[in-house]
Amino acid sequence: MSLNILRPGLLTTVQDLGRHGYQADGVVVSGAMDAVALRVGNLLVGNAEDAAGLEITVLGPRIRFEADHLIALTGAHLSPTLNGRSVGMNRPVWVAAGTELAFGAAAAGCRAYLAVAGGVAVPLVLGSRSTYLRAGLGGLHGRALRAGDVLPTAPPTPLGQKLMAMLAALASPKTWAQASYTPGPRLCGTPLPATTVRAIAGPEHEQFSPASQRAFWQQPFRVSPEADRMGYRLQGPELNRQTNAELLSGAVTFGTVQVPASGQPIALMADHQTTGGYPRLAQVITADFPVLAQLRPGQQLWFQRVTLAEAQALYLAQERQLRALRRGIALRVNLTP
Amino acid sequence: MPTPAADVRLFPLGDAAVVLEFGHAIGPETHRAIQAVRHYLTQHPFAGLRELVPAFTTLTVYYDPWLLNGQGHRLPYEQITEVLRQLLPAALATPVASEGAVVEIPVCYGDEFGPDLEAVAQHAGLSREEVVARHSAPDYLVYMIGFAPGFPYLGGLDARLATPRRARPRLQVPAGTVGIAGAQTGIYSLPTPGGWQLIGRTPLRLFDPTRAQPSRLQAGQRLRFVPIGRAEFEQLQRNEP
Repeated sequence: MSLNILRPGLLTTVQDLGRHGYQADGVVVSGAMDAVALRVGNLLVGNAEDAAGLEITVLGPRIRFEADHLIALTGAHLSPTLNGRSVGMNRPVWVAAGTELAFGAAAAGCRAYLAVAGGVAVPLVLGSRSTYLRAGLGGLHGRALRAGDVLPTAPPTPLGQKLMAMLAALASPKTWAQASYTPGPRLCGTPLPATTVRAIAGPEHEQFSPASQRAFWQQPFRVSPEADRMGYRLQGPELNRQTNAELLSGAVTFGTVQVPASGQPIALMADHQTTGGYPRLAQVITADFPVLAQLRPGQQLWFQRVTLAEAQALYLAQERQLRALRRGIALRVNLTP
Repeated sequence: MPTPAADVRLFPLGDAAVVLEFGHAIGPETHRAIQAVRHYLTQHPFAGLRELVPAFTTLTVYYDPWLLNGQGHRLPYEQITEVLRQLLPAALATPVASEGAVVEIPVCYGDEFGPDLEAVAQHAGLSREEVVARHSAPDYLVYMIGFAPGFPYLGGLDARLATPRRARPRLQVPAGTVGIAGAQTGIYSLPTPGGWQLIGRTPLRLFDPTRAQPSRLQAGQRLRFVPIGRAEFEQLQRNEP
């Protein structure tokens, strides 16, 4: 079973939930920028949440399925079609061998995910299938997908097989069929163009002038064209640190907002370096990484300050919802003859 | 003097990591304390522990708030800091496993491998041979691996060799290149852009994802640079995967 990449799109890479456990070796985590979207997609096709799928950026690829597959599209709405007909987001879809997936206008968001039952079966590198482009690690030969690439997929789980059989029965004799159900908007909301991103104060927050602190929490920033999987440079009010004391390099992570001497902040993303020496003004909360991940260059965002207690409550609430979705999918299969 | 547990400051790095800060000065004693706690937590992991990242004066503990949840109604952060506070005295008292033999890193200095050797020599007012002799004399301590996979931050550079970074960074520095930046010296582990003064190159691969331990060097190790000639460089390079 395999996916045949007819056109690669702007930037399509294999991603899972990241390469954990090697940051002490300087190995970046990588993984899906919008991990919730990938996890939801995997749950919808009966996969383990950490199975590998495709991260699709703004301009979608064209892909032919070389065998019957069960898929789900999550994250950004890039107007997906199957054999030229519009297909829904955030639901399991059965596709017959020979069906072609394509994308049209980027309606909302920046990154869509294609989850496929069984998962994309490129080799594990240091425990992960995620592509880290800068070091050429993981994914398909460590690089973005190209036309002509053939990606192997693994067999679906028993749950995936049941879902597949249910939808295949609906499809006959069509070439594809989608489920009518979709998780609620809290898990699969449409990314909006102007957004609030919640964050807590970073370790060096108090080193910034009171005016800079106020500006950071009260004024909008714009995602600059220099925004990639490593980090987003943000444009907005100039932020000044009150001290020139040199900082020693220490850990930085996904969502760390660091401010170099230029005064323009950088929000670190999935391919963030493991350590850094710039002052850390803020730290975006984990529950809002998907919001950040779906922003495109040119879009505006506001930072809203929350406490660590609120951040962790939101983290736990998001995990609870994902667990409820997992139970819901299993229930649906068992209840349906 | 071992670091007292009360001197370790704990603060959050977001909602899924806590930083243990062992003072503000780079030094072998701080480094030893960080390694002791790192080894102890590796040997005695607690539920929810994800990953440990040592740096110059800090050890960052990544954790899963979900797995720390469920013990009453307290914040996962409160729970992890309590766990760490309880473990710290024993962790700090852990004898750090012997650093082992000094790791020898063969380096071919100068020429196209070290195009800035002359600039470093001029800045220091030394001959090129003296720069090589001083650079390959000390045992360096690997304080941390960061910046790029397998890239070591080394302590112990001869103060005389400290040289400012290049005004214009190079677009591509070959893997294995040994450089100097201010009072630091290190080795580029992968081909990357870089602004350090380049003085030589090792034929060894510092990072290989196919190895069980992908980074050849680890924080806490000691290493020494061993000058080699071009013939030996080429022979060693052929033997590397």
